[in-house]
Amino acid sequence: MDVLHRNNVVVEGRTDGPVIMLANGFGCDQNMWRLVTPLLADEFKIVQFDHVGTGGSDKSAWREERYSSLDGYARDVLEICDALGLGPLVFVGHSVSSVFGVLAAGWEPGTFEKLVLLTPSPRYIDDHDYTGGFSAEDIDELLDSLDSNYLGWSASLAPVIMGNPERPELSEELTNSFCRVDPSIARVFARATFLSDNRADLARVTVPTRVIECAHDVIAPREVGAFVHEAIPGSELVTLDAVGHCPQLSAPEQTAEAIASFAARTDDER
Amino acid sequence: MTSADGEGSSDAPRSRTAHLAYASLLENNAEDLFENAPCGYLFTLMDGQIVKANRTLLTWLGRTHDEVVGRMRFADMLTVGGKLYHETHYAPLLRLQGEVSGIALELKAADGTRLPVLVTSTVMTDNDEHPLMVRTTVTDARDRRSYETELLRAREDAEHERARLQRLASTLQRTLVPPHLSAPRGLEVAAHYHIASRDEVSGDFYDLFPLAAHGTWGLFLGDVCGKGAPAAALTSLARYTLRAAAVYDPDPVTVLHNLNTVLNTEDYEQEPRFATVLFGLLSAEREGYRVTLASGGHPEALLLRGDGTAEFVPTPGGQLIGVLAEPHISTTTVRLAPGDTLLLYTDGLTEAHTSAGATDRYGDEALLDFANVLAPSTAEETVDALAELLDAFGEGLDDDTALMSVGVPRGGDGPRT
Repeated sequence: MDVLHRNNVVVEGRTDGPVIMLANGFGCDQNMWRLVTPLLADEFKIVQFDHVGTGGSDKSAWREERYSSLDGYARDVLEICDALGLGPLVFVGHSVSSVFGVLAAGWEPGTFEKLVLLTPSPRYIDDHDYTGGFSAEDIDELLDSLDSNYLGWSASLAPVIMGNPERPELSEELTNSFCRVDPSIARVFARATFLSDNRADLARVTVPTRVIECAHDVIAPREVGAFVHEAIPGSELVTLDAVGHCPQLSAPEQTAEAIASFAARTDDER
Repeated sequence: MTSADGEGSSDAPRSRTAHLAYASLLENNAEDLFENAPCGYLFTLMDGQIVKANRTLLTWLGRTHDEVVGRMRFADMLTVGGKLYHETHYAPLLRLQGEVSGIALELKAADGTRLPVLVTSTVMTDNDEHPLMVRTTVTDARDRRSYETELLRAREDAEHERARLQRLASTLQRTLVPPHLSAPRGLEVAAHYHIASRDEVSGDFYDLFPLAAHGTWGLFLGDVCGKGAPAAALTSLARYTLRAAAVYDPDPVTVLHNLNTVLNTEDYEQEPRFATVLFGLLSAEREGYRVTLASGGHPEALLLRGDGTAEFVPTPGGQLIGVLAEPHISTTTVRLAPGDTLLLYTDGLTEAHTSAGATDRYGDEALLDFANVLAPSTAEETVDALAELLDAFGEGLDDDTALMSVGVPRGGDGPRT
């Protein structure tokens, strides 16, 4: 199987620059990085991809067994790195993708030079001594929201788009295409994302890590940012003066700067 | 006409008054249009902060102007699930597209009640295309939502029913082919059943069984017309008729004629009932087996020789079973020496759609080429290789396919009769 086709892997930016992999979270596709990539492209080689079942990925490769747990997505990250063969790279994971980076780096630290965790959360649901920000009922409510919003997805359009992976412009023309996912796939992804608990995995990270949080984020509040920072040995925490869960869209300059300053730093500067 | 004139003259002042009333409603009324619009209307800064909201929206929220404007963010009006959806879908789409329309969310009022709404937003930009503010309309969607809930429930019911049907179909399918084939001494046997649709039972069948005379066995593989429950019933009938007929008189032509008579019985005249069948009589010989094959319109069997060649076993002119009163049934005899394997299959294999080749079907020629490369091959290797081929067809294989092979192992203990 061609992993690069499966995950719609796109490589751009400076050909001889250090490699940064950008992984978007639950919801939309690699277009999430659209405002940030122009700011990084002069200095870095940039790898982007879509999670299987979303965006321009090969939907026929989607299997519920594999993608109903976050491990499946993390394995995909390692397979992409392996297929690219670009050597250790800086992994930037947004939201749930930061957990994919944490898992993958725990299994194969040699694949990564550094990790950047953008608005990460290892667990969304409150626990007795942990504030994740949500209750199990809240997550059910989100699943209902997914059910009532199809965002331009329709079964009759899907085969046309799936059958033309070499012509992504076909899907580009459609409104809401950045977030269009088969509702049944979105449901499985949402459950995997919001019902998982990866707190114990944080301590296994041994590669240099920077946590980037937003000052006002309803999905990953500051308590969670602090938790992740404390749980990953030697990690650093940067707080952006930004609102919302997606600073790469609401504060692209600050976000690009926070990524670049960490990714470009050599060991002796630390 | 005077009456018309009279009406006209008495009407004119009234319409003038109405016109004035309309005009005063429409004039100087941008504010009223905003405040009392039949939809909620609000302006937010790019960080979501509400800077203006109309009366309709405030009424729905059960909040005062001062509680909302300058104090709440757009996401604060939503349920928690809606907040998550807003952050993961709505806000990104708005940034990437400059507008989002018709998104279903729920407002949470001050007293905790929820109002299903549809939300549409557009980004207002300055002259340099920099985003400045977001204009949002909110429409009451209670009726639509309850209708959608009904649709969703109907869909869930349908999915549930479909799962039940698939369980039923697969259970029924399993009863149509033997769970396990026992092999005669000195013969290897393998079979495979490829299910194309989990929703429907198809009519492929096969069996291998001992006969009364020492060292003789019967075998058959066939395909009945149609799909679904009628095909399953017909398959059952064909299978048990063939077994019973073979016990009574194992001559392959007689067996197929018996089946023909049963399928032609008046009771079944309403709908067409026919089948294609290969029936074989296996007799042990000193070095291997003799197979007498009778064909009722079935695709020719394939012989994979121990010397690495492959050929079809011709049974030309055999006619469908169940259509004519006296169908022509063709017979032939093959000898299976050590290393030889005989393969029987249904036409799902050769009728599979492929993109390669002159026609869009897999076809006899490609199958023969495949067998020539494969041979020599044991019964099990042959069925495994073809099962793999069937899997490789993927969506192109739209019919069920049965495979059965019998082979004489090389250098094994041959039959002693």
